[in-house]
Amino acid sequence: MKRYLILEDGTIFNGLAFGSQRESSGEVVFTTSMTGYQEVLTDPSYCDQIIVFTYPLIGNYGINRSDYESIRPATSGIIVNEHAEFPSHHEGMQSLSSWLTAKDIPGLYGIDTRKLTRKIREHGTLKGKLSNTIDNAPEIINELNASPLIVNQVMKVSTKTPYHLPNSGYRVVVVDFGVKSGMLRELSRRLCDVIVVPFNTSAADIIRLQPDGVLLSNGPGDPKEVQPGIKMIQELLSHNIPILGICLGHQLLALACGADTEKLKFGHRGSNHPVKDLSTGKIALTSQNHGYSVTEHSLAHSDLELTHQAVNDGTVEGLKHKVKPAFSIQYHPEASPGPHDSNVIFDEFMSLIKTTKKEGLMHYA
Amino acid sequence: MPKRHDIRKILVIGSGPIVIGQAAEFDYAGTQACQALKEEGYEVVLVNSNPATIMTDPNMADKVYIEPLTLEFVSRIIRQERPDGLLATLGGQTGLNLAVELSDSGILKEYNVELLGTKLHSIQQAEDRDLFRNLMNDLNEPVPESAIVRNMDEAKAFVEHNGYPVIIRPAFTLGGTGGGIVHNEEEFLEITPAGLQASPVGQVLIEKSIAGFKEIEYEVMRDKNDTAIVVCNMENIDPVGIHTGDSIVVAPSQTLTDRDYQLLRNASLKIIRALEIEGGCNVQLALDPKSSQYYIIEVNPRVSRSSALASKATGYPIAKLAAKIAVGYTLDEVKNPVTGTTYACFEPALDYIVTKIPRWPFDKFEGANRKLGTQMKATGEVMAIGRNFEESLLKAVRSLEISAYHLETKEKQQTKSQVEENILRADDERLFFIAEALRMGITVEEIHEWTKIDPFFLEKLHGIILLENRVKERKNDLSILQKAKEKGFSDRWIAKAWEIDEYELYHMRKNENVMPVFKMVDTCAAEFESATPYYYGTYGEEDESVITDKKSVVVLGSGPIRIGQGIEFDYATVHTVWAIQEAGYEAIIINNNPETVSTDFSMSDKLYFEPLTVEDVMHVIEHENPEGVIVQFGGQTAINLSEELERRGIKILGTSLDSMDLAEDRERFERVMEQLEIPQPAGKTAFSVTDAVKIASSIGYPVLVRPSYVLGGRAMEIVYQESELLQYMENAARVNPDHPVLVDRYLEGKEIEVDAISDGNDVFIPGMMEHIERAGVHSGDSIAVYPPQTLPETIKQKIIDRTISIAKGLKIIGLLNIQFVWHKEEVYVLEVNPRSSRTVPFLSKITGVPMANVATKVILGESLQTQGYQTGYQKEAEEVSVKVPVFSFAKLRRVDTYLGPEMKSTGEVMGRDKNLQKALYKGLIASGMKIPSYGTVLFTVADKDKSEALEMVKRFYEIGYTIMATEGTAHIIEKEGIPVDVVGKIGSKGRNLLDVIRKGEVQFVVNTLTKGKIPARDGFRIRRECAEGGVVCLTNLDTSVALLEVLESISFSAHALSSFTQNEKVFV
Repeated sequence: MKRYLILEDGTIFNGLAFGSQRESSGEVVFTTSMTGYQEVLTDPSYCDQIIVFTYPLIGNYGINRSDYESIRPATSGIIVNEHAEFPSHHEGMQSLSSWLTAKDIPGLYGIDTRKLTRKIREHGTLKGKLSNTIDNAPEIINELNASPLIVNQVMKVSTKTPYHLPNSGYRVVVVDFGVKSGMLRELSRRLCDVIVVPFNTSAADIIRLQPDGVLLSNGPGDPKEVQPGIKMIQELLSHNIPILGICLGHQLLALACGADTEKLKFGHRGSNHPVKDLSTGKIALTSQNHGYSVTEHSLAHSDLELTHQAVNDGTVEGLKHKVKPAFSIQYHPEASPGPHDSNVIFDEFMSLIKTTKKEGLMHYA
Repeated sequence: MPKRHDIRKILVIGSGPIVIGQAAEFDYAGTQACQALKEEGYEVVLVNSNPATIMTDPNMADKVYIEPLTLEFVSRIIRQERPDGLLATLGGQTGLNLAVELSDSGILKEYNVELLGTKLHSIQQAEDRDLFRNLMNDLNEPVPESAIVRNMDEAKAFVEHNGYPVIIRPAFTLGGTGGGIVHNEEEFLEITPAGLQASPVGQVLIEKSIAGFKEIEYEVMRDKNDTAIVVCNMENIDPVGIHTGDSIVVAPSQTLTDRDYQLLRNASLKIIRALEIEGGCNVQLALDPKSSQYYIIEVNPRVSRSSALASKATGYPIAKLAAKIAVGYTLDEVKNPVTGTTYACFEPALDYIVTKIPRWPFDKFEGANRKLGTQMKATGEVMAIGRNFEESLLKAVRSLEISAYHLETKEKQQTKSQVEENILRADDERLFFIAEALRMGITVEEIHEWTKIDPFFLEKLHGIILLENRVKERKNDLSILQKAKEKGFSDRWIAKAWEIDEYELYHMRKNENVMPVFKMVDTCAAEFESATPYYYGTYGEEDESVITDKKSVVVLGSGPIRIGQGIEFDYATVHTVWAIQEAGYEAIIINNNPETVSTDFSMSDKLYFEPLTVEDVMHVIEHENPEGVIVQFGGQTAINLSEELERRGIKILGTSLDSMDLAEDRERFERVMEQLEIPQPAGKTAFSVTDAVKIASSIGYPVLVRPSYVLGGRAMEIVYQESELLQYMENAARVNPDHPVLVDRYLEGKEIEVDAISDGNDVFIPGMMEHIERAGVHSGDSIAVYPPQTLPETIKQKIIDRTISIAKGLKIIGLLNIQFVWHKEEVYVLEVNPRSSRTVPFLSKITGVPMANVATKVILGESLQTQGYQTGYQKEAEEVSVKVPVFSFAKLRRVDTYLGPEMKSTGEVMGRDKNLQKALYKGLIASGMKIPSYGTVLFTVADKDKSEALEMVKRFYEIGYTIMATEGTAHIIEKEGIPVDVVGKIGSKGRNLLDVIRKGEVQFVVNTLTKGKIPARDGFRIRRECAEGGVVCLTNLDTSVALLEVLESISFSAHALSSFTQNEKVFV
């Protein structure tokens, strides 16, 4: 079956359909990760986005039971050059296309994905629609141009009710803005007693759980739309509760501290982004997925200190609060997919909790 | 941390001659390193014995030494140059070994020379089996369990602990005879005792077998700041069991999940951090296809063939960065040369698939054991880039130049069991047999069982076969044509399937716009804007190769390195590119060899990494619309394309197609030679056996016979009598009217080789070379001497005159190469090659004439006169230079090592000094020969050579060598009063020939070929035993004399004083 990608600038890509028959629209973004499509597709941060894979062969090892980053994928669609009809891997359970069908995610293949990527690079991310016809293309283009970027994705992907992952170590409350399973896995690995709460949980409710630390998760969309989160963070800071912010969580911490964020032209999405730790001079290759970024000059108005920086474009990759026990990073230390170089960030969070506890500055009242 | 200022002068060690396992990739690495160091302002001193390399060009380093890569010579250079640093990790295993030797000898310490890059202890830790295992155990990184066992009990204990399958390898046997893979107790009880028996020391190495595991490689880099990155990972389609150099490899890995990928990435980075590598490193791993269990196979603490492949596959210049790291830079300080904006500290993202296929020399060595295993046998490789696996694979297949344009074998009509047998044997043609099996309906599951190749790849191959059928069914259907082209099918195959002319198909595609676009290799999957002029063709929508206003010239490269067409042609190609640029044009290169300098995108204005077939070349030419195409520097590969290119309206620059044909068409060539009054050895074409006999007897024996349809000396032989001729006709030639045999008079004499440049008016001859071996040994296997040492002026003049008249007569524009034989006061022409030759780099270096450069400018219209050259022979240099061939016989089992008309060498070295003996000494040493001043020489020569050999025996005896011979020869020697140690023939009781060779009791063996009755089986065994035991075996008397002269020049003979004799007193 034929399928088209219609972009807001009027460009039409002519390809073939796979996965769900449904039509859908979203912000078209590209990722350069060569492996880990299952993790990407199930990462809630891709909510309402149509993901273009720059690597041309996707689905080679099928879909397995382990590599989910969330139970319900939130992506609007997937665009590949070719999807594997005959995947091969000992863990593989089904093919990408049958999985997409089951999850009702539409896919498009057989287009020049490099051309599309270059277009996004030049123009910035574009709104687009996966359509089964081009008969009404002009209307679709008008529609795309008229509609603002979809908002409030966090509400869609965040858990509606809190849940507990009991364990014997530190109690960490994870504020779910669209949390990847990888973060929970890393906390569990460190024996943390995790309670995941919805994004709009108040600081008071979090404090009532008596956490040793709070992890502000990743998530989709513009951080400035997550106002309740910003307020909640400010309050947590005043209680000296140790905080780790990751990705959207990092941006929210920055906003809560008075810094600013901006939308990047086409974002950072991939597994090969070098980040420099400014205190040690060491470089880590990181997994990234973000369309917004904290602006460096805005840090002057905050109590935040720049700790990590992208080697390529110099954007803000890590922050630390000058007084409070809080730090954050823009990239994904839980990887999945991507390099494990930064796994130590979770250990640093554990140390932060430990020292904060020892100092006894944290208070729940 | 910026670059170091405490070092000023750096000595770089190259990798020496091209041998199997160590080839052109080190010219690429070395050239990049030298350029990178010079860029940083260091004074670079280079030493390499291989003249056929770009890295040994005078402008590549501040000082270039073409000297033997031995402790002796490199120490001399260190004393003379006093470098501050030594960079050895870019010179392959040779470079590393030499660094270790230099360090052990104490000279580095004595002259305060610091080893740059990876430190010695790291190198040793990676290379020493025990140290490496200990390190892996410390790091908790798994290596396959192994043990050395002396008896069945120990062996049993091992399998009880580790389980089956295991590999049994008898210690100290050649080629692993007596060992094998053991899957169960039954096999265990059969193979283990046999292995213990076969080992002369009664030991076997028993190792857990991981054959069938996925073989994955990681190319990693680390700097002194401990930043470590993966440049590229690669997956071998052929699972563990076949050497990675002999495996078909794809990049990036295709069947690994992100968890698998990161698991192996973590292991690789952990290892290079533990080894404290500073530079590039290659980690080979095996991954169980059924679990997450993996093993570390091997670590190469240096740049390697795989790193060259990874550089070309990603665009990331590993060697260049390794050099920068060695002088103190860290990865985050160096810009990514591809994007120019981002930094080298990142991991390339690919948006295409790369396939590498090895190129094996079995077309040359038909008798060779083609089975692939742990010993690498390929001489070269091709790489292709596509947007899908099928495209990249099929492009690579047609790049191989083995007359395959698709997954089709020449052998048709096989039974299922034959195909199965062929697939199980795992030789160089396995890929083609798999395709054949799929065509026969054998399932992917079955083939997977046989080969353990991942079903992912087999399904893709199956898809190709299914598409074949659809193409055949739907003639002239555009949608199927589009589909087939997207999947990499060649025009040639489709045209055959549709029974139309290939050119017609091309037209059809062009009219219907079924044409490829060119995409950029940019290291970052288009995430950042790049200006890399590195492209590949694929069937997509958007073309990224922008055409400039500047006039351009296309140069065709020479494809994969193979015997007969080696790195020399890449050397010429690179020079052509430079000359084109100097002449003010844009130089565009098309080539498919990932190992070479010519495919370094920074060398040309534009690089198209594409197969060298008419179709693929036409796509580039039509896109670029150049002034013309230069074919004469790309060896036979490029020449072979010129006819069809011209037919399609493309302008061939330089010597015209007609002139090339004149030189190559036997009859036309004969007529021209007659007109020019230049003698050729008498000869005729025979269409039957009786024809051949008649011709031979009319021109007289010995005669040179060869099939007319075979190029490059294959199946060529010298026969001395009718019985031999008949035997040849029966065995080798299978003569018939379609396949005639050429019978030429064999003229015994000096062979002389000349390279010249002609612009149509003037013919300039930079130099001529005399061969040490008499005519009959392929010129590529002969030792060439410049300037000639034995030619009288009159003969030289004849050669000069004839070269000039041939160049003019054939209307050569550019380079030509002529081989003459000097036979009884006359100079005969044997062969004219209207193109660049193997000797161009050697001659360019020793005469100082940049021949390829001058010739290119001639081709572009700049006359010799305006370039400062004129008709005639350049004044000869004072110093003597020799070019000595280097062979890879130890790696090619069952290949006969005798030298004959068919070329067998894989590389060359150069020796240069004040006189011939000194030059030869250097050349022979550089070629790997050990030249002890005393020892034993074993003679086993054919009857016809005995008198000549006897002279040599005397001289060997004179300088103190012990003479050893078999009975017949020994008898003659004894008669001359020379003591001789008699050894038995093969098969005789007591100490025989093979024993003394095997035990290293002889230093040299002189063995000449007995032709005739018995098919020289004994001789073959002697020669193989030498090859495998590393004993120098000379199969040509001229080479032997040359060696003898060298020995004489370094030895002093000891003479006792004559006794006082009363009778002969002379009184004055």
